[in-house]
Amino acid sequence: MDHLPTLVSEARDAIKAAQSVAELDELRVRYLGKKGEVTALLKGLGKLSAEERPAAGERINQAKQTLAGEIDAKRSALESEALNARLAAEKIDVTLPGRAQAPGGLHPVTRTLERIESLFTRIGYDVAVGPEIEDDYHNFEALNIPAHHPARGMADTFYFDATRLLRTHTSPVQVRTMKESEPPIRIVCPGRVYRSDSDLTHTPMFHQVEGLLVDEGVSFADLKGTIEDFLQAFFERDDLDVRFRPSYFPFTEPSAEVDIQCVMCSGDGCRVCSHSGWLEVMGCGMVHPEVFKHSGIDTERYTGFAFGMGAERLAMLRYGVNDLRLFFENDLRFLRQFA
Amino acid sequence: MKFSEQWLREWVSPQLDTQALADQITMAGLEVDAVEPVAPAFEGVVVAEVIAKEPHPDADKLNVCRVNDGTGEVQVVCGARNVAVGQRVPFAQVGGLLPGDFKIKKAKLRGVESFGMICSASELGLEEETSEGIFVLPKDAPIGDSVRDYLMLDDATIEVDLTPNRGDCLSVKGMAREVGVLNRLPVQAPGADPVAPSSEQRFPVSVSAVEQCPRYVSRVIDGVDHTRPTPLWMVERLRRSGVRSIDPAVDVTNYVMLELGQPLHAFDLDNLSEGIQVRMAQEGERLTLLDGQDIALRPDTLVIADGTGPLAMAGVMGGESSGVSATTRTLFLEAAYFTQLAVAGQARSYGLHTDASHRFERGVDPSLTAQAIERATRLLIDICGGQAGPVCETQSEAGLPQARRITLREARLEQALSKALASDEVSDILDRLGLTSSYANGEWQVAVPSWRFDIAIEEDLIEEIARIHGYNNLPVRRPAARLALRPANEARLTQSALKNQMVARGYQEAITYSFVAPELQKTLLPEAVSPVLANPISADLSVMRASLFPGLVRALSHNLNRQQHRVRLFETGLVFRGELDSLIQTPMLGALACGPRELEGWSSDKTAVDFFDLKGDLESLLAMGDDSAWRFEPGEHPALHPGQCAELFHGDQPAGWIGTLHPKVRAELGLKVDAVLFEVRLDALSEGVIPAFAPLSRYPEVRRDLAFSLDAQTPVQALLDCVSRQAGDHLEDLKLFDVYTGKGVEPGQKSIALGLTWQHPSRTLNDDEINQRVDSIVAEASATLNAQLRG
Repeated sequence: MDHLPTLVSEARDAIKAAQSVAELDELRVRYLGKKGEVTALLKGLGKLSAEERPAAGERINQAKQTLAGEIDAKRSALESEALNARLAAEKIDVTLPGRAQAPGGLHPVTRTLERIESLFTRIGYDVAVGPEIEDDYHNFEALNIPAHHPARGMADTFYFDATRLLRTHTSPVQVRTMKESEPPIRIVCPGRVYRSDSDLTHTPMFHQVEGLLVDEGVSFADLKGTIEDFLQAFFERDDLDVRFRPSYFPFTEPSAEVDIQCVMCSGDGCRVCSHSGWLEVMGCGMVHPEVFKHSGIDTERYTGFAFGMGAERLAMLRYGVNDLRLFFENDLRFLRQFA
Repeated sequence: MKFSEQWLREWVSPQLDTQALADQITMAGLEVDAVEPVAPAFEGVVVAEVIAKEPHPDADKLNVCRVNDGTGEVQVVCGARNVAVGQRVPFAQVGGLLPGDFKIKKAKLRGVESFGMICSASELGLEEETSEGIFVLPKDAPIGDSVRDYLMLDDATIEVDLTPNRGDCLSVKGMAREVGVLNRLPVQAPGADPVAPSSEQRFPVSVSAVEQCPRYVSRVIDGVDHTRPTPLWMVERLRRSGVRSIDPAVDVTNYVMLELGQPLHAFDLDNLSEGIQVRMAQEGERLTLLDGQDIALRPDTLVIADGTGPLAMAGVMGGESSGVSATTRTLFLEAAYFTQLAVAGQARSYGLHTDASHRFERGVDPSLTAQAIERATRLLIDICGGQAGPVCETQSEAGLPQARRITLREARLEQALSKALASDEVSDILDRLGLTSSYANGEWQVAVPSWRFDIAIEEDLIEEIARIHGYNNLPVRRPAARLALRPANEARLTQSALKNQMVARGYQEAITYSFVAPELQKTLLPEAVSPVLANPISADLSVMRASLFPGLVRALSHNLNRQQHRVRLFETGLVFRGELDSLIQTPMLGALACGPRELEGWSSDKTAVDFFDLKGDLESLLAMGDDSAWRFEPGEHPALHPGQCAELFHGDQPAGWIGTLHPKVRAELGLKVDAVLFEVRLDALSEGVIPAFAPLSRYPEVRRDLAFSLDAQTPVQALLDCVSRQAGDHLEDLKLFDVYTGKGVEPGQKSIALGLTWQHPSRTLNDDEINQRVDSIVAEASATLNAQLRG
């Protein structure tokens, strides 16, 4: 009993010096276990007088609690040390780049076509497509361009034989759609078109989006509104100036070319707009009655408008691409810029 | 159409500067392509007379001249061979400035002092090519006058890109008419007086092709001196319209065509025999054209002939034998009205395009013939002298265009433009355009003038009114439509979704030409039949692609040649298969992969991409729809490695190919690395599924792993099919988790490890039933595939 203080002090030193949780567990057994040295003292209480016993018991229990507390404290200290050591060992260089997959990307022309499609489908247009090897009837005749019409010279056509050719515009899709369906018709027709022309500003294949709206009471004002809205939405410029110039397409009457204020110089004049401040971006007009007749649509009841634009031209203006030919070289260094 | 502004202003001259005039014309629908000064800036150049010329004492090719430039006599050294005493010449004085910032200074040439320079046309910027010698001015050029003023060089060339409907504007007269309309100004025709005949000479004309040539006007002018020069003012105007001066007869016919729009032709009457016949060509006839080309004429071609045969292709080009020359004494002038249909397509069908055919195809005002021949007579006689015979006309009333009358409804006009225009304004616009009209009961009855071939229906009138009123003065509104929902097919995968999946897998989208080089296509697809262009832009782009492979492979080469070693490309588009009459245009999606599996990085897999990488990418597309509808079967494709090639089937339909580029093909194409590629029909890929819910089972799954040893040549698919068939109901998952050959597996065999998972929706599966199924699988695999369960 007398050596309790010595025992406690010895145990505390041992606890303090312990290096591991296992060592602590041993110390707990050694001092506080059923056969432990402090527990053994409790067993010796019987030898004491009844008066001495409660006080002695109290002292031993206190010593037990103190040691148990110290063991727990030491244990959590050791555990947190171990965790810290583990965390330190597991440290990584978070500035190393991630295990990234190489990103792919859509072609800028597709990106442009999808953007145009989405602007129109959101207000109720459908997307229509058609064959690229067309016949003379759908590419020319039905669009009011009879054989030997000088307008055939407007687009240099790739022919396979006397009547079959690569479509020079997406307008044949208009004809096919009007033959198959009843007004109201609202479509956009994106796709590849072909003209035998190849130089700095022409490639023998390019992309067009054609639009068509046929309904009762459609007027030139509707066409102007649609085109203005579209161009302002496409370029995300509410204040974009748009002007309509009289022009000629055999399949529309009246016809117009559409110019926008140059998006490169805001109309001040630059190389892109040949210092005119204006850029020609699309053609449009009211559907010619001859075209309606070919498609079996009543020209007294229905009117409509059509418009067409080159996707490459719009992509060049939107993304600042300065060489048309890049679109078809498929150089990864070019394509990746639009990912 | 290119013309001089001064020439136009002779007819009509609005109070607008050059740019404003050009803008106004453009906004009226006659697009001005270019406005250019007719001569570059220069100063200090005056008219001078050559008074004396002596050879240079120390140089063979130089002359020492004295000129009078109005201020006195000046000594100048000149190298031109054609310089001669008495000439009036453009003389650049000391202190003057020539184009190209060339300052004229006092100089010494081989020891002789020179005070200025006698100029050639090219030195003044009036000719593109270097001129032969100095520019000799007319004898009456006033000495001392500024050459700029004398030649009226403060002028602009306006080039208008006319649309094919506006043939009426292919002349100064036509452009003036339009400018007059726009500015409400009268138009003044110069020199319109007829020339009274002073001889009785005629030459017989018979027109048998009256439908093609309803009017033929001719005139004989004899006693001309065709050696005289074309006056400078005419040469200059022609030059400003992009036409070179040839000789007086040709120059005058060109001049009148540019001025009035009526093509004319001048024959040398001494080369004509019997009489003129306007008829269709006969089988076997040939004609040597003015440009020296000898052509075989087709019977659908209208010709001008005489007793000996064809002289000219009517409305297109004259013939060599009947043309004028310096010795021509008698001219036979022709001004005809050939119909659009008679000339349309003719020039192009012979590979020709001339100023005349360009005009006749678009329509030439039939009322111009007489005016044009009078104008040409006047100009020719002024230059070459001679006596004009009477104007002879052969006409067939029936063939001439019928007068067109069109009704324009006020209500229709308002509906078309969403604007009510005052009837006075409409009448005024019609009137200014030469469209004579009368208005009553909300309708105009409109007569179309002979020069407007493009106006035939009410909409044409609506366009004219909109155009003159100004498109930009018309209202703007948004179309109204009923908000009707349309059906949307949920099971259909959009092309955009499929493309985005390829993008997510790391592929860049390519767009390659739909026509490819025949050799490339032949290398990849020796058996392919696809349409061939009759008029390709180059041999390299002459055959339609029968597959997406040629374009992808070409794009691969392009990138490999530019140090891009890791290539992932895909493309969607039509492929063209079969002869024209049995042609199928099929939308496909194709992809190509080449180079390291992963992007280069500190922890990346640097091994080269292989068949299974690409197959995994393709399977990720198939998984967007019903992937159980697809099968890969070993196949043979000429472009692909015979041992690494699969044909794809969607249901029982062939739907595409996947494989490694055949090493032989690769070598032929000069590619040094392996590439894997696939192409699949887009319609099959687009077939998605609408998800169908299955209840989640609350009972435990049972998994068994089985390893089979089977012949290395047996496709794994056969084993998988066998296992699926024998596994009974409720096999939820079948995984192939290991393929092994080597130690422990007999040579010629492979070990395939499968993990099977069953789960019953409403009860726990017991060991016995699972054991039974496993036994059945093992027995069947052994019986049909000789596959043995490994221990």
